[in-house]
Amino acid sequence: MYQFVTGPLAWLSFGIFLVGIIVRVVLYIKGLDWKLDRVTYTVNVSYGIKGAIRSIFFWLIPFGTRGWRTNPGFTILFFIFHTGLLFTPLFLAAHNILLKERWGISLWTIPDFAADLLTIFVIVSAVIIILRRIALPEVRILTTAYDLLVLLIATAPFITGFIAYHQAPGYQFWLITHILCGEIMLVSIPFTKLSHFILFFMSRAQIGMDFGIKRGGMKGKGFAW
Amino acid sequence: MAEGILCNRKPVNTKEDLLALLADKSGKQYYEEMNHLHVDSAALWATIQKSLKSRLRTWLEICAHCGLCADSCFYYLANNKDPKQVPSYKIQSTLGEIVRRKGDVDNAFMQMVMDTAWSKCTCCNRCGSFCPFGIDMGVMFGYLRGLCFSQGFVPWEMKIGSGMHRIYRAQMDITSEDWVDTCTWMCEENEEDWPGLEIPVDKENADILYTVNAREPKHYPEDIAQAAILFHLAGENWTVPSVGWEETSLTMFAGDWEGCRLQVQEVYNAMERLKPKRMIGTECGHAYRATVLEGPYWAGLKTGKTPVESIHYIEWVAEALRTGKLKLDPSKKLKMPVTYQDSCNYIRNAGLADTAREIMSYIAEDFREMTPCREHNFCCGGGGGLNGIGRYREQRNVGLKVKRDQIIATGAKLVVSPCHNCWDAIRDMEEIFHIGIKWSFLKPILLKMVIVPDHLKPENGE
Ligand code: HEM
Ligand code: SF4
Ligand code: SF4
Repeated sequence: MYQFVTGPLAWLSFGIFLVGIIVRVVLYIKGLDWKLDRVTYTVNVSYGIKGAIRSIFFWLIPFGTRGWRTNPGFTILFFIFHTGLLFTPLFLAAHNILLKERWGISLWTIPDFAADLLTIFVIVSAVIIILRRIALPEVRILTTAYDLLVLLIATAPFITGFIAYHQAPGYQFWLITHILCGEIMLVSIPFTKLSHFILFFMSRAQIGMDFGIKRGGMKGKGFAW
Repeated sequence: MAEGILCNRKPVNTKEDLLALLADKSGKQYYEEMNHLHVDSAALWATIQKSLKSRLRTWLEICAHCGLCADSCFYYLANNKDPKQVPSYKIQSTLGEIVRRKGDVDNAFMQMVMDTAWSKCTCCNRCGSFCPFGIDMGVMFGYLRGLCFSQGFVPWEMKIGSGMHRIYRAQMDITSEDWVDTCTWMCEENEEDWPGLEIPVDKENADILYTVNAREPKHYPEDIAQAAILFHLAGENWTVPSVGWEETSLTMFAGDWEGCRLQVQEVYNAMERLKPKRMIGTECGHAYRATVLEGPYWAGLKTGKTPVESIHYIEWVAEALRTGKLKLDPSKKLKMPVTYQDSCNYIRNAGLADTAREIMSYIAEDFREMTPCREHNFCCGGGGGLNGIGRYREQRNVGLKVKRDQIIATGAKLVVSPCHNCWDAIRDMEEIFHIGIKWSFLKPILLKMVIVPDHLKPENGE
């Protein structure tokens, strides 16, 4: 079982994930329409690129935009959650040992206690995200069951991984569940709202080009995100 | 498919139809007929499939439902943080729902969509700058208005406005003759005080082609005279076109994309016919947005630019003051506290925040910024055509509270407002809330402080 989920199934999920996000990017770009979107993507390209880079860059920095600054609590929550989501799986020592064994590659690794801390951050942030969704009327009205499902898909690998790492009884079971959850998450990325993993960059680049080319980017200093 | 006589899916293209609509006072019969208007679901879905592409589709799909856009919307704030005013909710429950149901929606639903698209969003685009994904509900509501228009679910005044543009190529029933007459009249009226004053019509190869808002010839022609005097004092070689003089676009507010195209094409034709160096539009925000920023796309111009360079009036003013074409008497600078109303259409959406600041530095001693300001300023409350829609007067007036509080907080006594919509909204605000402020376009302020060169003074002057 362990061989299967870390072997063929892992290959399959990484494959679906990779091909899936590439397809999403290609479809996104193919679906851009200069006339309908009213942005000349292929004219004034340098302004477009500048706008796109600014639009992505400032939003990747904590408190880098007015939007982040006006919601400091949420900003901290968001960055802790996402840092944990992205860094832990990539740099966890155990993952890299496995990578080395199977595919002969590995990345930097972080100490186990750091990974443990990040995992706890992810789980706690997820709980706060849910509480926030219940507590704030302006978020409650938007929240759907689908949002909770997506959150569950994203955090399940962390919860199960945490349990497995701490050698709870039934280690084999938790380990395999953890791997499966991770694979479900990977496969879900192209097909669910988790596609924002890549579409965040596309969408921000698009609005950045809109502002960079048409909405003032050719005058003034560029939009003050 | 049941359609009404006045309320139907056909745009107004003839004077008879327009007069019939106008005769229906405040749209009583029109809205009554709307209750029986069938939704052509097949056509609606076909339009969506053709025109809802990656950008909007992705926005609808990836919205994280995080609510960060809530506080960005002045309607949300003005309505005591009513969750139903959260931008994401407003668009998901209308456009999002139509897409989920593949266009299979009924009359009551479409009326709700219309009410939301025109009375809960002014397309100010502020939310778009607060969403981590850059989801711009203003853009989506603009699109949604187009769907509403194609189905005939459009406020009465918007249907009229669209008809006006289609028939007169102006938002009001002003013909080319009326327009030229007004110019002549304004020139005659003022030439005694301003010897040599001219309003040249259809002059070729001028440096400046000047275009206006139809409200000026209709309701305050002195604005045209003021523009002429300022160009005269600055020694500009300028002209107005006899045809293609209207810069505004109620068709844009109505979501009538074909009407939008017809309107801007008329202005572009004037540019091509008269070959000016550049076009300058009057102190209006949406007119600039329509004719200069969006218009090239409606007209299918691949460069995304107007046939000749086109600038906003405030850009010309800043340039004229900077280069000394217009000189102001420093002793006449405004002494009272003054603030500036940043128009969504040419500040947030066209990058002219610094230009406005530059002008204020020349004309005001005590300039006070609103909070927030510049790109992040709140809509005046009258954008997106809302000032003119009787059905939503109540909602509009509630929305004005945000701007009212912003102005009061500055302590300013005068609001400089070089945009017709903002100007109107602030005037109405004063009428309703009596906060004791004045409001003004730039032209009258400039005329009070400009230094008149000796050779342009009347003979018997001083
Ligand atoms: C660089 C890549 C990513 C960016 C820029 C990004 C951006 C965002 C943004 C802007 C939000 C909205 C704020 C919120 O509701 O929390 C969000 C939410 C979320 N993201 Fe990401 N994301 C990225 C990658 C990921 C990845 C890889 C995952 C997990 C697979 C993920 C999972 C989530 C989840 C579950 C939420 C919803 C939180 C909630 O329910 O409120 N994100 N992300
Ligand atoms: S801020 Fe953006 S992602 Fe969040 S709810 Fe609003 S539109 Fe959706
Ligand atoms: S565009 Fe302006 S009015 Fe419309 S939802 Fe966004 S913030 Fe509100």
